[in-house]
Amino acid sequence: MSLNANIETAPQAPAIAGAPEQAKILVRDLDFFYGESRALKSINVAFPGQLVTAIIGPSGCGKSTLLRVINRMYDLYPDQRAAGEVIIDGRNILDPAMDINLLRWRVGMVFQKPTPFPMTIHDNIAFGIRLHERISGSELNDRVEQALRQAALWDEVKDKLKKSGQSLSGGQQQRLCIARAIAVNPEIILMDEPCSALDPIATAKIEELIDELRANFTIVIVTHNMQQAARVSQHTAFFHLGELVEFGETDQIFTNPREKRTQAYITGRFG
Amino acid sequence: MASEHLVKSFDQELEKLNAWIGQMGGLAEAQLSDALDAIAQRDASIAERVIASDAQIDKLERDVAHHVIRMLALRQPMAVDLRAIVAALKISGVIERIGDYAANLAKRSLVLGQMPAMRSIGGIERLGRLVVGVLKDVLDAFGQNDVAKARQVWLRDQEVDDMYTSLFRELLTYMMEDPRNITPCTHLLFMAKNIERIGDHATNIAEIIHFKVQGVELTEQRPKGDTTTSAKMEAR
Repeated sequence: MSLNANIETAPQAPAIAGAPEQAKILVRDLDFFYGESRALKSINVAFPGQLVTAIIGPSGCGKSTLLRVINRMYDLYPDQRAAGEVIIDGRNILDPAMDINLLRWRVGMVFQKPTPFPMTIHDNIAFGIRLHERISGSELNDRVEQALRQAALWDEVKDKLKKSGQSLSGGQQQRLCIARAIAVNPEIILMDEPCSALDPIATAKIEELIDELRANFTIVIVTHNMQQAARVSQHTAFFHLGELVEFGETDQIFTNPREKRTQAYITGRFG
Repeated sequence: MASEHLVKSFDQELEKLNAWIGQMGGLAEAQLSDALDAIAQRDASIAERVIASDAQIDKLERDVAHHVIRMLALRQPMAVDLRAIVAALKISGVIERIGDYAANLAKRSLVLGQMPAMRSIGGIERLGRLVVGVLKDVLDAFGQNDVAKARQVWLRDQEVDDMYTSLFRELLTYMMEDPRNITPCTHLLFMAKNIERIGDHATNIAEIIHFKVQGVELTEQRPKGDTTTSAKMEAR
Protein backbone atom coordinates (compact mmCIF):
# COMPACT_ATOMS: atom_id res chain seq x y z
CA MET A 1 0.00 0.00 0.00
CA SER A 2 1.44 3.34 -0.95
CA LEU A 3 0.61 6.63 0.74
CA ASN A 4 -1.35 7.67 -2.32
CA ALA A 5 -4.00 5.11 -1.56
CA ASN A 6 -4.93 7.01 1.57
CA ILE A 7 -4.99 10.34 -0.16
CA GLU A 8 -7.36 9.11 -2.82
CA THR A 9 -9.90 7.98 -0.24
CA ALA A 10 -10.13 11.48 1.20
CA PRO A 11 -13.57 12.65 2.43
CA GLN A 12 -16.27 12.45 -0.21
CA ALA A 13 -20.04 12.26 -0.32
CA PRO A 14 -21.28 8.93 1.11
CA ALA A 15 -22.32 6.43 -1.54
CA ILE A 16 -26.04 6.12 -2.11
CA ALA A 17 -27.32 2.55 -2.32
CA GLY A 18 -29.25 1.99 -5.55
CA ALA A 19 -29.42 4.20 -8.62
CA PRO A 20 -30.01 7.82 -7.52
CA GLU A 21 -30.72 9.04 -11.04
CA GLN A 22 -33.74 6.73 -11.38
CA ALA A 23 -34.98 7.27 -7.85
CA LYS A 24 -38.57 8.13 -6.98
CA ILE A 25 -37.57 8.53 -3.36
CA LEU A 26 -34.02 9.59 -2.60
CA VAL A 27 -32.93 9.40 1.01
CA ARG A 28 -29.76 11.35 1.82
CA ASP A 29 -27.84 11.37 5.11
CA LEU A 30 -31.01 10.68 7.02
CA ASP A 31 -30.86 10.53 10.81
CA PHE A 32 -33.89 10.05 12.99
CA PHE A 33 -34.27 10.56 16.72
CA TYR A 34 -36.87 9.43 19.24
CA GLY A 35 -35.90 11.94 21.94
CA GLU A 36 -32.22 11.21 22.54
CA SER A 37 -32.17 7.82 20.90
CA ARG A 38 -30.94 7.67 17.32
CA ALA A 39 -33.16 5.23 15.43
CA LEU A 40 -31.77 5.81 11.93
CA LYS A 41 -28.09 6.43 11.24
CA SER A 42 -26.94 8.24 8.09
CA ILE A 43 -29.24 6.41 5.72
CA ASN A 44 -28.45 6.87 2.02
CA VAL A 45 -30.66 4.97 -0.36
CA ALA A 46 -32.57 5.44 -3.62
CA PHE A 47 -35.97 3.76 -4.03
CA PRO A 48 -36.73 3.24 -7.71
CA GLY A 49 -40.07 4.28 -9.19
CA GLN A 50 -42.77 1.90 -10.50
CA LEU A 51 -41.18 -0.97 -8.58
CA VAL A 52 -41.62 -2.62 -5.22
CA THR A 53 -38.89 -2.24 -2.62
CA ALA A 54 -39.02 -4.44 0.46
CA ILE A 55 -37.48 -3.39 3.75
CA ILE A 56 -36.47 -6.25 6.01
CA GLY A 57 -34.69 -6.48 9.33
CA PRO A 58 -35.17 -7.57 12.92
CA SER A 59 -37.56 -5.72 15.25
CA GLY A 60 -36.28 -2.30 16.21
CA CYS A 61 -33.95 -2.01 13.22
CA GLY A 62 -35.62 1.20 12.01
CA LYS A 63 -37.58 -0.09 9.06
CA SER A 64 -40.98 1.18 10.23
CA THR A 65 -39.34 4.41 11.34
CA LEU A 66 -38.16 4.99 7.78
CA LEU A 67 -41.74 4.61 6.48
CA ARG A 68 -42.93 7.07 9.12
CA VAL A 69 -40.35 9.57 7.86
CA ILE A 70 -41.33 9.22 4.21
CA ASN A 71 -44.85 10.52 4.89
CA ARG A 72 -43.83 12.60 7.92
CA MET A 73 -46.09 10.82 10.31
CA TYR A 74 -43.62 11.61 13.09
CA ASP A 75 -44.71 15.25 12.89
CA LEU A 76 -47.51 14.38 15.31
CA TYR A 77 -44.97 13.72 18.08
CA PRO A 78 -43.01 16.70 19.41
CA ASP A 79 -39.96 14.76 20.69
CA GLN A 80 -39.26 13.06 17.36
CA ARG A 81 -37.13 14.65 14.70
CA ALA A 82 -35.42 13.85 11.42
CA ALA A 83 -32.22 15.31 9.96
CA GLY A 84 -31.02 14.95 6.40
CA GLU A 85 -33.09 14.83 3.25
CA VAL A 86 -35.86 12.75 1.74
CA ILE A 87 -36.29 13.88 -1.83
CA ILE A 88 -39.39 12.92 -3.77
CA ASP A 89 -39.39 14.09 -7.38
CA GLY A 90 -36.68 16.63 -6.64
CA ARG A 91 -38.32 18.13 -3.56
CA ASN A 92 -37.06 17.65 -0.01
CA ILE A 93 -40.16 16.61 1.91
CA LEU A 94 -38.48 17.18 5.28
CA ASP A 95 -38.46 20.90 4.48
CA PRO A 96 -40.66 22.60 7.15
CA ALA A 97 -42.38 24.53 4.37
CA MET A 98 -43.64 21.29 2.83
CA ASP A 99 -47.46 21.05 2.76
CA ILE A 100 -48.14 17.93 4.83
CA ASN A 101 -51.62 17.38 3.42
CA LEU A 102 -50.27 17.50 -0.10
CA LEU A 103 -47.49 15.07 0.88
CA ARG A 104 -49.89 12.54 2.41
CA TRP A 105 -52.10 12.82 -0.63
CA ARG A 106 -49.14 11.79 -2.79
CA VAL A 107 -47.82 9.23 -0.33
CA GLY A 108 -50.44 6.72 0.84
CA MET A 109 -50.00 4.33 3.73
CA VAL A 110 -51.36 0.90 4.61
CA PHE A 111 -50.89 -0.34 8.17
CA GLN A 112 -50.34 -3.68 9.84
CA LYS A 113 -53.88 -4.00 11.14
CA PRO A 114 -56.70 -3.09 8.78
CA THR A 115 -58.09 0.28 9.83
CA PRO A 116 -61.42 0.80 8.06
CA PHE A 117 -63.28 3.94 9.14
CA PRO A 118 -66.53 3.29 11.02
CA MET A 119 -68.62 4.09 7.97
CA THR A 120 -69.96 2.32 4.89
CA ILE A 121 -67.67 0.59 2.40
CA HIS A 122 -68.53 3.29 -0.15
CA ASP A 123 -67.80 6.13 2.25
CA ASN A 124 -64.50 4.59 3.34
CA ILE A 125 -63.26 5.18 -0.20
CA ALA A 126 -65.18 8.37 -0.93
CA PHE A 127 -63.97 10.10 2.23
CA GLY A 128 -60.42 10.72 1.03
CA ILE A 129 -61.49 11.69 -2.48
CA ARG A 130 -63.92 14.31 -1.13
CA LEU A 131 -61.15 15.82 1.00
CA HIS A 132 -59.01 16.55 -2.03
CA GLU A 133 -61.38 17.01 -4.92
CA ARG A 134 -64.76 18.51 -5.70
CA ILE A 135 -66.52 16.07 -8.00
CA SER A 136 -70.12 15.11 -8.82
CA GLY A 137 -71.89 12.18 -7.15
CA SER A 138 -71.80 9.97 -10.24
CA GLU A 139 -68.15 10.73 -10.84
CA LEU A 140 -67.47 9.91 -7.21
CA ASN A 141 -69.24 6.56 -7.58
CA ASP A 142 -67.07 5.79 -10.59
CA ARG A 143 -63.93 6.60 -8.64
CA VAL A 144 -65.04 4.38 -5.74
CA GLU A 145 -65.69 1.51 -8.16
CA GLN A 146 -62.36 2.05 -9.89
CA ALA A 147 -60.46 1.99 -6.60
CA LEU A 148 -62.27 -1.14 -5.42
CA ARG A 149 -61.58 -2.84 -8.75
CA GLN A 150 -57.89 -1.93 -8.56
CA ALA A 151 -57.78 -3.40 -5.07
CA ALA A 152 -59.41 -6.61 -6.38
CA LEU A 153 -62.32 -6.15 -3.99
CA TRP A 154 -65.14 -4.91 -6.26
CA ASP A 155 -66.70 -8.28 -7.07
CA GLU A 156 -66.91 -9.17 -3.39
CA VAL A 157 -68.50 -5.91 -2.20
CA LYS A 158 -70.40 -4.42 -5.17
CA ASP A 159 -73.76 -5.57 -3.73
CA LYS A 160 -73.14 -4.28 -0.21
CA LEU A 161 -71.51 -0.88 -0.62
CA LYS A 162 -73.89 0.55 2.00
CA LYS A 163 -72.75 -1.93 4.63
CA SER A 164 -70.16 -1.01 7.23
CA GLY A 165 -66.53 -1.44 6.25
CA GLN A 166 -66.01 -3.19 9.56
CA SER A 167 -68.40 -5.98 8.57
CA LEU A 168 -65.84 -7.31 6.08
CA SER A 169 -63.34 -10.09 6.79
CA GLY A 170 -59.77 -9.17 7.78
CA GLY A 171 -58.38 -9.72 4.29
CA GLN A 172 -61.22 -7.76 2.71
CA GLN A 173 -60.74 -4.94 5.23
CA GLN A 174 -57.06 -4.76 4.32
CA ARG A 175 -57.89 -4.57 0.61
CA LEU A 176 -60.46 -1.89 1.48
CA CYS A 177 -57.64 0.08 3.13
CA ILE A 178 -55.50 -0.37 0.01
CA ALA A 179 -58.44 0.80 -2.12
CA ARG A 180 -58.79 3.81 0.15
CA ALA A 181 -55.08 4.57 -0.20
CA ILE A 182 -55.08 4.36 -4.00
CA ALA A 183 -58.42 6.15 -4.48
CA VAL A 184 -56.79 9.56 -4.18
CA ASN A 185 -54.25 8.65 -6.90
CA PRO A 186 -51.08 8.79 -4.85
CA GLU A 187 -47.68 8.21 -6.43
CA ILE A 188 -46.19 6.23 -3.58
CA ILE A 189 -47.76 3.60 -1.35
CA LEU A 190 -46.07 2.67 1.91
CA MET A 191 -47.08 -0.64 3.43
CA ASP A 192 -46.15 -1.56 6.99
CA GLU A 193 -46.57 -5.31 7.49
CA PRO A 194 -49.80 -5.33 5.44
CA CYS A 195 -50.30 -9.10 5.67
CA SER A 196 -49.16 -9.97 9.17
CA ALA A 197 -52.73 -10.16 10.49
CA LEU A 198 -54.08 -12.09 7.50
CA ASP A 199 -54.51 -15.76 6.65
CA PRO A 200 -52.47 -17.28 3.76
CA ILE A 201 -55.27 -16.91 1.20
CA ALA A 202 -55.89 -13.24 2.00
CA THR A 203 -52.10 -12.78 2.00
CA ALA A 204 -51.82 -14.31 -1.47
CA LYS A 205 -54.53 -11.92 -2.74
CA ILE A 206 -52.70 -8.90 -1.33
CA GLU A 207 -49.40 -10.09 -2.84
CA GLU A 208 -51.05 -10.53 -6.21
CA LEU A 209 -52.49 -7.04 -5.83
CA ILE A 210 -49.11 -5.52 -4.97
CA ASP A 211 -47.70 -7.00 -8.15
CA GLU A 212 -50.48 -5.42 -10.22
CA LEU A 213 -50.28 -2.05 -8.47
CA ARG A 214 -46.60 -1.55 -9.14
CA ALA A 215 -47.33 -0.63 -12.76
CA ASN A 216 -48.88 2.61 -11.48
CA PHE A 217 -47.31 3.22 -8.10
CA THR A 218 -43.99 3.13 -6.32
CA ILE A 219 -44.38 0.73 -3.43
CA VAL A 220 -42.27 0.39 -0.30
CA ILE A 221 -43.23 -2.53 1.90
CA VAL A 222 -41.97 -3.42 5.34
CA THR A 223 -42.30 -7.10 6.13
CA HIS A 224 -41.06 -9.67 8.65
CA ASN A 225 -41.86 -12.46 6.22
CA MET A 226 -38.75 -12.93 4.13
CA GLN A 227 -40.39 -15.23 1.63
CA GLN A 228 -42.96 -12.50 1.09
CA ALA A 229 -40.23 -9.91 0.56
CA ALA A 230 -38.60 -12.26 -1.93
CA ARG A 231 -41.89 -12.81 -3.77
CA VAL A 232 -43.30 -9.30 -4.07
CA SER A 233 -40.29 -7.01 -4.41
CA GLN A 234 -37.71 -6.21 -7.05
CA HIS A 235 -35.34 -4.52 -4.61
CA THR A 236 -34.66 -5.27 -0.98
CA ALA A 237 -33.08 -3.19 1.75
CA PHE A 238 -31.79 -4.85 4.91
CA PHE A 239 -31.67 -2.73 8.05
CA HIS A 240 -30.00 -3.56 11.33
CA LEU A 241 -29.67 -1.37 14.43
CA GLY A 242 -30.70 1.74 12.53
CA GLU A 243 -28.21 1.21 9.71
CA LEU A 244 -28.81 0.27 6.11
CA VAL A 245 -26.62 -2.83 5.85
CA GLU A 246 -27.34 -3.83 2.28
CA PHE A 247 -29.51 -2.72 -0.62
CA GLY A 248 -29.75 -4.63 -3.86
CA GLU A 249 -31.87 -6.54 -6.31
CA THR A 250 -34.10 -8.96 -4.45
CA ASP A 251 -32.80 -11.98 -6.38
CA GLN A 252 -29.27 -11.19 -5.34
CA ILE A 253 -30.09 -10.42 -1.69
CA PHE A 254 -31.86 -13.73 -1.15
CA THR A 255 -29.56 -16.01 -3.15
CA ASN A 256 -26.17 -14.39 -2.68
CA PRO A 257 -26.09 -11.49 -0.20
CA ARG A 258 -22.81 -9.58 -0.05
CA GLU A 259 -22.85 -8.67 3.62
CA LYS A 260 -22.32 -11.16 6.44
CA ARG A 261 -25.06 -9.61 8.54
CA THR A 262 -27.60 -9.93 5.72
CA GLN A 263 -26.64 -13.56 5.24
CA ALA A 264 -26.96 -14.27 8.96
CA TYR A 265 -30.38 -12.62 9.15
CA ILE A 266 -32.03 -14.19 6.11
CA THR A 267 -30.73 -17.67 6.87
CA GLY A 268 -31.88 -17.54 10.49
CA ARG A 269 -28.47 -17.36 12.12
CA PHE A 270 -29.05 -14.10 14.00
CA GLY A 271 -28.32 -14.48 17.70
CA MET B 1 -20.77 -23.45 6.90
CA ALA B 2 -20.92 -20.12 8.73
CA SER B 3 -22.26 -20.11 12.29
CA GLU B 4 -25.19 -22.01 13.66
CA HIS B 5 -28.88 -21.53 13.00
CA LEU B 6 -31.26 -20.40 15.71
CA VAL B 7 -33.20 -23.55 14.90
CA LYS B 8 -30.78 -26.34 15.83
CA SER B 9 -32.63 -29.06 13.95
CA PHE B 10 -31.98 -27.16 10.71
CA ASP B 11 -28.24 -27.51 11.33
CA GLN B 12 -28.69 -31.19 12.04
CA GLU B 13 -30.58 -31.65 8.78
CA LEU B 14 -27.84 -29.91 6.83
CA GLU B 15 -25.19 -32.04 8.51
CA LYS B 16 -27.13 -35.18 7.71
CA LEU B 17 -27.40 -34.11 4.08
CA ASN B 18 -23.66 -33.50 3.80
CA ALA B 19 -22.90 -36.79 5.56
CA TRP B 20 -25.03 -38.63 2.99
CA ILE B 21 -23.19 -36.96 0.12
CA GLY B 22 -19.89 -37.92 1.75
CA GLN B 23 -21.10 -41.50 2.07
CA MET B 24 -22.27 -41.63 -1.56
CA GLY B 25 -18.95 -40.18 -2.71
CA GLY B 26 -16.98 -42.71 -0.68
CA LEU B 27 -19.00 -45.55 -2.18
CA ALA B 28 -18.53 -44.28 -5.74
CA GLU B 29 -14.81 -43.83 -5.19
CA ALA B 30 -14.48 -47.40 -3.86
CA GLN B 31 -16.65 -48.68 -6.71
CA LEU B 32 -14.38 -47.12 -9.33
CA SER B 33 -11.23 -48.30 -7.55
CA ASP B 34 -12.59 -51.85 -7.23
CA ALA B 35 -13.67 -51.87 -10.87
CA LEU B 36 -10.06 -51.05 -11.82
CA ASP B 37 -8.86 -53.96 -9.65
CA ALA B 38 -11.35 -56.23 -11.36
CA ILE B 39 -9.99 -55.13 -14.76
CA ALA B 40 -6.31 -55.45 -13.81
CA GLN B 41 -6.65 -58.73 -11.92
CA ARG B 42 -9.29 -60.19 -14.28
CA ASP B 43 -11.23 -61.04 -11.13
CA ALA B 44 -14.94 -61.74 -11.72
CA SER B 45 -15.83 -61.80 -8.02
CA ILE B 46 -14.65 -58.22 -7.52
CA ALA B 47 -16.56 -57.18 -10.64
CA GLU B 48 -19.77 -58.78 -9.32
CA ARG B 49 -19.36 -56.94 -6.04
CA VAL B 50 -18.97 -53.59 -7.83
CA ILE B 51 -22.09 -54.22 -9.88
CA ALA B 52 -24.07 -55.14 -6.77
CA SER B 53 -22.98 -52.08 -4.77
CA ASP B 54 -24.61 -49.77 -7.31
CA ALA B 55 -27.99 -50.37 -5.64
CA GLN B 56 -26.66 -48.84 -2.43
CA ILE B 57 -25.72 -45.58 -4.18
CA ASP B 58 -29.09 -45.48 -5.92
CA LYS B 59 -30.87 -45.82 -2.59
CA LEU B 60 -28.83 -43.01 -1.04
CA GLU B 61 -29.65 -40.78 -3.99
CA ARG B 62 -33.36 -41.33 -3.37
CA ASP B 63 -32.89 -40.63 0.34
CA VAL B 64 -31.10 -37.37 -0.45
CA ALA B 65 -33.88 -36.30 -2.83
CA HIS B 66 -36.59 -36.96 -0.22
CA HIS B 67 -34.61 -35.18 2.47
CA VAL B 68 -34.04 -32.16 0.21
CA ILE B 69 -37.72 -31.88 -0.73
CA ARG B 70 -38.65 -32.02 2.94
CA MET B 71 -36.09 -29.34 3.84
CA LEU B 72 -37.22 -27.03 1.05
CA ALA B 73 -40.82 -27.36 2.19
CA LEU B 74 -40.21 -26.99 5.92
CA ARG B 75 -37.27 -24.58 6.12
CA GLN B 76 -37.74 -22.41 3.04
CA PRO B 77 -33.99 -21.87 2.97
CA MET B 78 -32.33 -18.70 1.73
CA ALA B 79 -28.93 -17.67 0.40
CA VAL B 80 -26.06 -19.94 1.48
CA ASP B 81 -28.45 -22.56 2.88
CA LEU B 82 -30.48 -22.66 -0.31
CA ARG B 83 -27.32 -23.03 -2.37
CA ALA B 84 -25.99 -25.78 -0.07
CA ILE B 85 -29.21 -27.78 -0.32
CA VAL B 86 -29.52 -27.43 -4.09
CA ALA B 87 -25.82 -28.28 -4.45
CA ALA B 88 -26.28 -31.47 -2.41
CA LEU B 89 -29.23 -32.51 -4.59
CA LYS B 90 -27.28 -31.93 -7.80
CA ILE B 91 -24.12 -33.60 -6.56
CA SER B 92 -26.06 -36.68 -5.45
CA GLY B 93 -27.35 -37.02 -9.02
CA VAL B 94 -23.83 -36.69 -10.40
CA ILE B 95 -22.43 -39.30 -8.00
CA GLU B 96 -25.22 -41.70 -8.91
CA ARG B 97 -24.16 -41.34 -12.54
CA ILE B 98 -20.52 -41.97 -11.62
CA GLY B 99 -21.65 -45.17 -9.90
CA ASP B 100 -23.40 -46.25 -13.12
CA TYR B 101 -20.19 -45.75 -15.10
CA ALA B 102 -18.18 -47.73 -12.54
CA ALA B 103 -20.71 -50.58 -12.71
CA ASN B 104 -20.45 -50.51 -16.50
CA LEU B 105 -16.65 -50.80 -16.23
CA ALA B 106 -17.09 -53.86 -14.02
CA LYS B 107 -19.54 -55.46 -16.50
CA ARG B 108 -17.11 -54.98 -19.38
CA SER B 109 -14.27 -56.41 -17.28
CA LEU B 110 -16.30 -59.64 -17.09
CA VAL B 111 -16.44 -59.76 -20.90
CA LEU B 112 -12.74 -58.93 -21.25
CA GLY B 113 -11.93 -61.67 -18.75
CA GLN B 114 -13.16 -64.21 -21.30
CA MET B 115 -10.61 -63.00 -23.89
CA PRO B 116 -6.80 -63.00 -24.07
CA ALA B 117 -5.27 -60.21 -21.97
CA MET B 118 -4.59 -56.93 -23.85
CA ARG B 119 -1.56 -54.72 -23.33
CA SER B 120 -3.72 -51.56 -23.15
CA ILE B 121 -5.21 -52.72 -19.84
CA GLY B 122 -2.27 -50.92 -18.21
CA GLY B 123 -3.29 -47.63 -19.87
CA ILE B 124 -6.88 -48.05 -18.71
CA GLU B 125 -5.70 -48.62 -15.18
CA ARG B 126 -3.44 -45.54 -15.21
CA LEU B 127 -6.26 -43.38 -16.52
CA GLY B 128 -8.58 -44.89 -13.92
CA ARG B 129 -6.20 -44.28 -11.02
CA LEU B 130 -5.78 -40.68 -12.12
CA VAL B 131 -9.57 -40.22 -12.08
CA VAL B 132 -9.89 -41.94 -8.69
CA GLY B 133 -7.49 -39.27 -7.39
CA VAL B 134 -9.51 -36.49 -9.02
CA LEU B 135 -12.72 -37.87 -7.54
CA LYS B 136 -11.17 -38.14 -4.08
CA ASP B 137 -9.95 -34.54 -4.24
CA VAL B 138 -13.28 -33.14 -5.36
CA LEU B 139 -15.09 -35.00 -2.59
CA ASP B 140 -12.59 -33.62 -0.06
CA ALA B 141 -13.21 -30.16 -1.50
CA PHE B 142 -16.94 -30.72 -0.95
CA GLY B 143 -16.44 -31.85 2.64
CA GLN B 144 -14.27 -28.82 3.43
CA ASN B 145 -16.09 -26.27 1.24
CA ASP B 146 -12.64 -25.69 -0.27
CA VAL B 147 -13.07 -23.61 -3.42
CA ALA B 148 -9.35 -23.52 -4.24
CA LYS B 149 -9.17 -27.30 -4.18
CA ALA B 150 -12.32 -27.57 -6.30
CA ARG B 151 -10.78 -25.24 -8.85
CA GLN B 152 -7.62 -27.37 -9.02
CA VAL B 153 -9.73 -30.44 -9.77
CA TRP B 154 -11.52 -28.48 -12.44
CA LEU B 155 -8.23 -27.61 -14.12
CA ARG B 156 -6.91 -31.19 -13.85
CA ASP B 157 -9.53 -32.43 -16.27
CA GLN B 158 -7.08 -31.44 -19.00
CA GLU B 159 -4.69 -34.14 -17.80
CA VAL B 160 -7.46 -36.75 -17.91
CA ASP B 161 -8.46 -35.69 -21.41
CA ASP B 162 -4.87 -35.87 -22.66
CA MET B 163 -4.38 -39.35 -21.32
CA TYR B 164 -7.71 -40.45 -22.77
CA THR B 165 -6.82 -39.08 -26.19
CA SER B 166 -3.51 -40.95 -26.30
CA LEU B 167 -5.22 -44.16 -25.16
CA PHE B 168 -7.82 -43.70 -27.89
CA ARG B 169 -5.10 -43.46 -30.55
CA GLU B 170 -3.27 -46.47 -29.13
CA LEU B 171 -6.40 -48.62 -29.28
CA LEU B 172 -7.13 -47.55 -32.88
CA THR B 173 -3.63 -48.65 -33.82
CA TYR B 174 -4.15 -52.12 -32.32
CA MET B 175 -7.40 -52.52 -34.17
CA MET B 176 -5.73 -51.63 -37.47
CA GLU B 177 -2.90 -54.06 -36.82
CA ASP B 178 -5.15 -57.07 -36.31
CA PRO B 179 -8.93 -57.31 -36.79
CA ARG B 180 -9.08 -59.88 -33.96
CA ASN B 181 -8.30 -57.00 -31.59
CA ILE B 182 -11.46 -55.14 -32.58
CA THR B 183 -13.79 -56.74 -30.01
CA PRO B 184 -11.58 -56.32 -26.93
CA CYS B 185 -10.36 -52.88 -28.06
CA THR B 186 -13.92 -51.69 -28.57
CA HIS B 187 -14.69 -52.67 -24.97
CA LEU B 188 -11.52 -50.94 -23.85
CA LEU B 189 -12.52 -47.82 -25.78
CA PHE B 190 -15.87 -47.72 -24.01
CA MET B 191 -14.12 -48.27 -20.70
CA ALA B 192 -11.71 -45.42 -21.38
CA LYS B 193 -14.66 -43.22 -22.37
CA ASN B 194 -16.54 -44.15 -19.18
CA ILE B 195 -13.55 -43.21 -17.06
CA GLU B 196 -13.13 -39.96 -18.96
CA ARG B 197 -16.82 -39.21 -18.35
CA ILE B 198 -16.34 -39.81 -14.62
CA GLY B 199 -13.58 -37.18 -14.79
CA ASP B 200 -16.02 -34.78 -16.45
CA HIS B 201 -18.53 -35.41 -13.70
CA ALA B 202 -15.88 -34.66 -11.10
CA THR B 203 -15.36 -31.26 -12.75
CA ASN B 204 -19.14 -30.74 -12.64
CA ILE B 205 -19.02 -31.36 -8.90
CA ALA B 206 -16.16 -28.83 -8.67
CA GLU B 207 -18.35 -26.25 -10.43
CA ILE B 208 -21.27 -26.97 -8.10
CA ILE B 209 -19.00 -26.56 -5.04
CA HIS B 210 -17.82 -23.22 -6.41
CA PHE B 211 -21.40 -21.98 -6.81
CA LYS B 212 -22.39 -23.33 -3.42
CA VAL B 213 -19.61 -21.48 -1.60
CA GLN B 214 -19.21 -18.30 -3.68
CA GLY B 215 -22.70 -17.84 -5.07
CA VAL B 216 -21.36 -17.31 -8.60
CA GLU B 217 -20.42 -19.69 -11.39
CA LEU B 218 -16.85 -20.62 -12.26
CA THR B 219 -16.69 -18.61 -15.44
CA GLU B 220 -13.08 -18.68 -16.57
CA GLN B 221 -12.22 -20.62 -19.73
CA ARG B 222 -11.12 -24.17 -19.11
CA PRO B 223 -8.64 -25.71 -21.57
CA LYS B 224 -10.39 -28.45 -23.57
CA GLY B 225 -8.26 -31.56 -24.00
CA ASP B 226 -10.51 -34.24 -25.47
CA THR B 227 -9.66 -34.09 -29.19
CA THR B 228 -10.94 -37.60 -30.01
CA THR B 229 -14.13 -36.20 -31.51
CA SER B 230 -11.98 -35.04 -34.45
CA ALA B 231 -9.28 -37.76 -34.28
CA LYS B 232 -8.60 -40.02 -37.24
CA MET B 233 -5.96 -42.53 -38.24
CA GLU B 234 -4.30 -42.74 -41.62
CA ALA B 235 -4.37 -46.25 -43.13
CA ARG B 236 -0.91 -47.46 -44.00
